[in-house]
Amino acid sequence: MNLFPLTAHELLDLIKSKAATPQNIFQSLSERTASVEGQVKAFARTRDEKTVLAEIDPAANVPLPITIKDNICIKGEETTCASKILKGFRPPYSATVIEKLRQKGCVVQAQANMDEFAFGSSTENSAYGPTRNPWGLDRVPGGSSGGSAAAVAADEAIWALGSDTGGSIRQPASFCGIVGLKPTYGRVSRYGLIAFASSLDQIGPLTKDVTDCALLMNLIAGHDERDSTSADVPVPDYTKALIKDVKGMKIGIPKEYFIEGMDPEVKQAVDAAVEVLRKAGAVFTEVSLPHTEYAVATYYILATAEASSNLARFDGVQYGLRAQPEKTRKTPLIDLYEETRDKGFGWEAKRRIMLGTYALSSGYYDAYYLRGLKVRTLIKNDFDSVFKEFDAVITPTSPSTAFKIGEKAADPLSMYLSDIYTISANLAGIPAISIPCGFSKEKLPIGLQILGKPFAEETLLRIAYTYEQNTGWHKERTSL
Amino acid sequence: MLSKEEVRYIASLSRIDLKDQEIEVFQKTLTAILDYIEKLKKLDVSGIAPTSHVLPLQDVFREDRTRPSLTKVEALRIAPAQAKGSFKVPQVIE
Repeated sequence: MNLFPLTAHELLDLIKSKAATPQNIFQSLSERTASVEGQVKAFARTRDEKTVLAEIDPAANVPLPITIKDNICIKGEETTCASKILKGFRPPYSATVIEKLRQKGCVVQAQANMDEFAFGSSTENSAYGPTRNPWGLDRVPGGSSGGSAAAVAADEAIWALGSDTGGSIRQPASFCGIVGLKPTYGRVSRYGLIAFASSLDQIGPLTKDVTDCALLMNLIAGHDERDSTSADVPVPDYTKALIKDVKGMKIGIPKEYFIEGMDPEVKQAVDAAVEVLRKAGAVFTEVSLPHTEYAVATYYILATAEASSNLARFDGVQYGLRAQPEKTRKTPLIDLYEETRDKGFGWEAKRRIMLGTYALSSGYYDAYYLRGLKVRTLIKNDFDSVFKEFDAVITPTSPSTAFKIGEKAADPLSMYLSDIYTISANLAGIPAISIPCGFSKEKLPIGLQILGKPFAEETLLRIAYTYEQNTGWHKERTSL
Repeated sequence: MLSKEEVRYIASLSRIDLKDQEIEVFQKTLTAILDYIEKLKKLDVSGIAPTSHVLPLQDVFREDRTRPSLTKVEALRIAPAQAKGSFKVPQVIE
């Protein structure tokens, strides 16, 4: 039996019944990686097999390999955010999520490719080159956690961690036909996550099914005093939320999301998914989130403003790349900063740093940044009022299936608009999950997004699980 | 449309030494994005409080006790240049 296509919970059952060992499982993934990684290019780097085998403790609770997005620090292991400016950077400490995973026995198997500093929706903006969608190798896997999603979809990884600032877990999960959860802001510690936009970033799971999503949430969620924005809220056992029953649950369908520009095949699949849940007993009502059309504009002010501040630390002084200016233009120190940042950052990183710097600059702060913060309040209020009456909201995850590599690369604005359905959850700080809900005629996956109240991940998992158990899209595999 | 001088100024504030051909690309793409963002001006935001953070957290303190932290040696090990236990940079003061 091949082990690589299985889910984490299936593999844990096999380990328990002594039908497989953690070593067998890792070897099966290694063989799978050797056969398909040349086509998919999901990984920024894989770890040495002997090192991984030596780290496996078969007696541990969850002795399974995991893939980690390349923006989560692992002590002593190169971590670069797929950027030239961090080439060779080996963090002197590990992220809290890495420590938590290791305590339970998980072993880091590989670090996944991504858009540089998580700036993008296609994993094309990477110093390592683009990752390809396992469902269609001429397509993007989505982004920015595209490497994590592609690795799971191609069965090179059992499961993976990504990060989501405006949809970077959910949109690639949707494009690759897997499950991706952005937890409530503050649910998972950001300590050791290389910051993009600190008020929006969250680490979350990318998995083959909803059960694995719950299992991985159990491993990573919780308060951390090293992240002052992590919430001191008790962590439930998320697997207890895996109940195949949504009778009487009230779910809203926001009319503003079903607009022109949505691929008819996406609409069809989402309508059919609603029907499945309706038959299972959920009650659907059209609702309004009136400020939806302002979300992308608000996000690209606030996220870039925060990014411009966070990325100021990459200056060639403390770690990472240092460029040597050839001649003096300003002062030797400023030349060193400017040359390092010109050589080290890619196009999209420069664009976002400049956009954010502009939005925060003297004379423009009120018109852009402050106005953006106020519109964020309006967007958050929209959700607050819907969630007074409803348990969840359902939308497509993305207006389209995976687009072609290169299709949007020259037009940043059209790339930004591909996040139109996912961005609001980050602005409002609420949890949202993407689950597979069908395929296009070209056999490209379509994703269903379920959004919930702050810290109501259990509600999302329950609805997602009910849908999954009534359908079975998650069992489809690629032809790789 | 942002002028070339404006793009140069923003780049300078961002501490990025853009080459001339980069300036032209950013002039076009930044202008397109800023034009799109203009739509926020249609909204009346008077009386609306800004949201910089979604959690109702303020003044988060932790216990004031000494804990293990990075040593100087560990911090400097990854520095591009170091001297005398410090990060080394080009001379700033004569």
